[in-house]
Formats: sequence, structure tokens, C-alpha cells
Amino acid sequence: MNEQIQEVLALTNRWVKRLSREKFSMLFTLIQPMLFWLIFFGNLFQRAADIQVVQAPNYMSFLAAGVVVMTVLNNGLAGGVDLLFDKENGFLERLMATPIRRSSVILSRFLFVMAITAMQILVILGVAFLFGVSAETGILGIALILVIGMLFGVGLTAISMAMAFSVKSHGDFFSVLGFLSLPMIFLSSALVPLAAMPGWMKSLAFFNPMTWVIDAIRPLILTGWSEALPQVAIALGVLALFDALCLYGGARAFRRSVG
Amino acid sequence: MSDAVAIEVKGLGKTYDTVTAVKNLSLSVMKGEIFGLLGPNGAGKSTTLRILITTLSPTSGSATIFGHDVAKEADTIRRMIGYVPQERAIDRFLTGREHLLLLADLYHLPKNEALTRIASLLKLVDLEEHADRVAKGYSGGMKRKLDIACGLLPNPKVLFLDEPTLGLDVQSRLNIWQYLRQLREQGMTIVMTTNYLDEADQLCDRIAIIDRGEIRAIGSPKDLKASLGGDGVWLTLGDPQPQVIETLSTALKALPFVRAIRPTPQGLDIRVDAPEKALPAILEATNRVGCLLDGIEYHRPRLDDVFVAHTGRSLKDQPSEPTT
Repeated sequence: MNEQIQEVLALTNRWVKRLSREKFSMLFTLIQPMLFWLIFFGNLFQRAADIQVVQAPNYMSFLAAGVVVMTVLNNGLAGGVDLLFDKENGFLERLMATPIRRSSVILSRFLFVMAITAMQILVILGVAFLFGVSAETGILGIALILVIGMLFGVGLTAISMAMAFSVKSHGDFFSVLGFLSLPMIFLSSALVPLAAMPGWMKSLAFFNPMTWVIDAIRPLILTGWSEALPQVAIALGVLALFDALCLYGGARAFRRSVG
Repeated sequence: MSDAVAIEVKGLGKTYDTVTAVKNLSLSVMKGEIFGLLGPNGAGKSTTLRILITTLSPTSGSATIFGHDVAKEADTIRRMIGYVPQERAIDRFLTGREHLLLLADLYHLPKNEALTRIASLLKLVDLEEHADRVAKGYSGGMKRKLDIACGLLPNPKVLFLDEPTLGLDVQSRLNIWQYLRQLREQGMTIVMTTNYLDEADQLCDRIAIIDRGEIRAIGSPKDLKASLGGDGVWLTLGDPQPQVIETLSTALKALPFVRAIRPTPQGLDIRVDAPEKALPAILEATNRVGCLLDGIEYHRPRLDDVFVAHTGRSLKDQPSEPTT
């Protein structure tokens, strides 16, 4: 057990070092594109969005939950990229020839992606606060937002890693990534509540786990515990199923790839 | 070199979907020798190497390292071996020292031991000066040195190297050869793949020639060359008609120093014992039968001839792309 902790920490440390050595990538990890969504979309659609429809004091406060989950989505789906490069240049093979538990590589990646995502969520909530949006449920609510975000992120990162281990070239990987992310966002309650969607989009969004995650986080920011808790319970159920499926698929792809 | 067997491979096979990468491969590597897997790209060398370092599982047959099965006791194997992959497997954002520190943790070395070992390895491969620079700025030779230091970090019983000098300049190559010879002196067993004939010839104690997934010949470069039987004389004829070649063959067979004759598309490949006597005799015989000679080439047996003899083609004709 101690040995595995040593392995995971050493590998996680490598991801941190890599990020810190890439100055631009470090900068843009903190000042992330998702902030633009919050600031520009939030302010731009302020008057276009019907307060009655979004049921929030203003559009930005409605959008905050969506942007938090979009961050989780982006980080999760991109979570396998570094492993993809490791696989392609042979670094992964170097690691696999050492006496480490195979799972340590995966765990280090989860740990790193989750830590970065948590930091980014806090930055988003901080910026939202500057624009006058504060979580109704306070610190405890924010902690719960992080937990729900992490649970969603684990599944997404597993999908990403499964893809990294399965694809033949990194061109394939990025095509699938680009293809997945926008429909996931538009076919969810990130920008518009489910009730205000055209029927066919609503039915698709209903089966998007992202919808349920957003619908649990939104009341934690907007309304308060009494409305949030039932939604949180549903989201946890959805995430249990989602994560189980993703982790199962991820484990299979990993085993097929590295034995 | 002692008589102890370090690696024993028996009937090893690896099939991907429909492609057979390695077929019924058997060989043994002795403790303390440098063993080379020589062959063109795609011959199955890297597949064999990957099975031995446990990152690929065989579909048939078995391989053991010091008695431990690579498929069933992978973890034990991983603790005994060092691996030097091809040069691309360097993290360009980490410094040389950070590579070694990372691996030290993965091999679970105690901190103090790790630091001492890393310091001495950096010294061995002459990288002390550059140890704290990120690998992005390393030259090909420096990356290779770092790779070797990484491979040696666990103090392995067997060191595996994949194309250790691919794409390196002459000086760096000689340095790498120098390290490998030093390690052999210390009793380490070394297995490497190569598609360089001179490397196999000058560095390896024994080689296995692999082509299309099968072993074509195994032995020391010296024995393999000797097995060809004598020095080679190649005649290129001005008019290589079959009957001309036939007549000439008959005339040459009668000569005392000629051991074997084989027709080639351009003329004849002749094996001779005493070239200083054989060459004039061959020229004389060619004149006598009225054969127009376009060229004559003489050389001592080369490893490439061994390769040609066993695979029917020359290793030099292969395009030299990096192997996968």
C-alpha cells in the first residue's frame, strides 16, 4: 500500500511539473476559456434571456452552474490527452516496464485532473461572486458542488483515458473530443432550462447525465438546501450509474492496451 | 561470459488479429553476454523485446529470465530488468534528474539510496552538467545517455535496449558501445535490438538474425561469418546469359582454391580459400573461356553476407525508418 502511494505521488508530481513548465498552458489553465462563457454569455444574454424562463435573478446566476459543469466536462474529456502522448512516444511503455501497480498511472491522472478541476471551479465561483452571484448554500454548498463535480469528472476522465488507450492515432482522439463536447453542452440544461427547450432537444437532454448534474448544482447556487437536496440525491444516483459504466469501460480498454 | 543461462525463450509466438509478428522463436541468452537481435524493421525484434520486458504477452510459447516466467511472474521480472526504449520516450518537460527521481520512486528505492545512485549514474553517462536542464534542449546523444542511466537505475540483472544507437552521430555511438562493454565487464547481461550490421558485428557476443518473425541463424558474428565458408569473390559479367554463367562455373569449379559457386543475377558469387592465389586463377579462367568481365569484387565475409545467405536479401536494402 505504501508503495502504491509512493508511485501515485511520483506520477502525479510529474503531471504537475509538466503543467508548471508550460507557461502558457499554466496561465490558460487558471484564466480558462470557461470564464469567458460566464462573463460574456452571462452579460450578453442578460436581456435576451427571460427571467421568468430561467427562474433566476439574472442570466449569469443561472449560467454559473452550467459553466461549472462545462469546466468539469472539458477537463474530464481532455483528461486522457497526456496519456495518449505517453502512449505514442513510448513513455508509457517505460513506465509499464517498471514494477508499479498498473492502476497507479490511472490514479495519478484522476488525482491530477480532479485537483485542477476543483481549482478552476473555485476560480469560476470566485469570478461569479465578483459579478454579484453567491451560492445560497454557502461554504457547505460549495463543498458539495465540488464533490458532485468530481464525481462527474471521474466518469468523463475514464472515458477520455479509455479513448486514449483505444484510438489508433491522436487525430482520431481529437476528432471524437471535438465532436462530443458541443452537443453535450447544448443538449443539457447548461444554457437553457429543460422546460424551455424544443421537445426533441428536451428528450435528448433528459438522457444527458450533464443535465442532472447541472440541475443539482444550480439550486445549490440559486435557491437553497430545501430545493437542492432532492436534486442532489437524483444526481448522485445518476452519477453512480454513469461512473460505474465509464470505469468499467475504461478498465477494459486499459487492460486490453497494457495487459 | 559464464555458462549460466540468463534468458530462455521457447517456441515463442505473437499474433495480432491476423498478423503473425513472431513465430515459434527459441533462443537462449547466457549470463554476462551482449546478445543482439538483428533484423530489418518489422522483423519481430521489438515484439520479442516487448514480450521479454513484460509489456506484451505472448500468444504461444514461453520465456523465462533467470527461471522466472515473463508472462506469469511479470512483477518479479520487472524488478530484475532495466529497459532503454527508443529515444522519443523522454518527457521533454522534465529535467534529466527528474526522470531518474521519478523512476527511483517507481522502483521504490529509499530516498538516500536513490540520491547516491542517481549521482553516480549521472557521472557514469557524463550528464552531470546537464542534469538540471529540461530534456527539451538535449541532443540525441544526451537523450540516449539519459535513457541508459534510466535503464541502469534499478541496478538490473538484465538490461534491454531497443535500437540503442538509432540516429546517433558516430561519436555518441562509440560512447554508448563503450558503456555497454563496461557493463558487460561487470557481469551484466545485455539484450538489444539493432538493424545496424556493424553494431551487431562489433558489439554483440552473439546475435540472432530475425526476419519475418522467425530466427534464421544464431551464433557469434565470427562463427556466422565463418559458416559462410571462405572469402567472397563476386564477378559481374558483361553478358550474364545463363549458358555463359554455366560454362564459367564449370571452368571455375575445377580450380583448387574455389570452395563454392553460386550464380547471381549479374554473374557469380564465389567462395575461396586463399584469395591471393584464387584471384589470379579466377581471372585466368575467365579469360580462357572468353567471358567478358564487367567487374570483380573481393571481400572478407561480412555480416551482411550472412544475412543474405539466411534471408535471401540484404539488410542494407531496407529503408531505415524508425521501428515501431
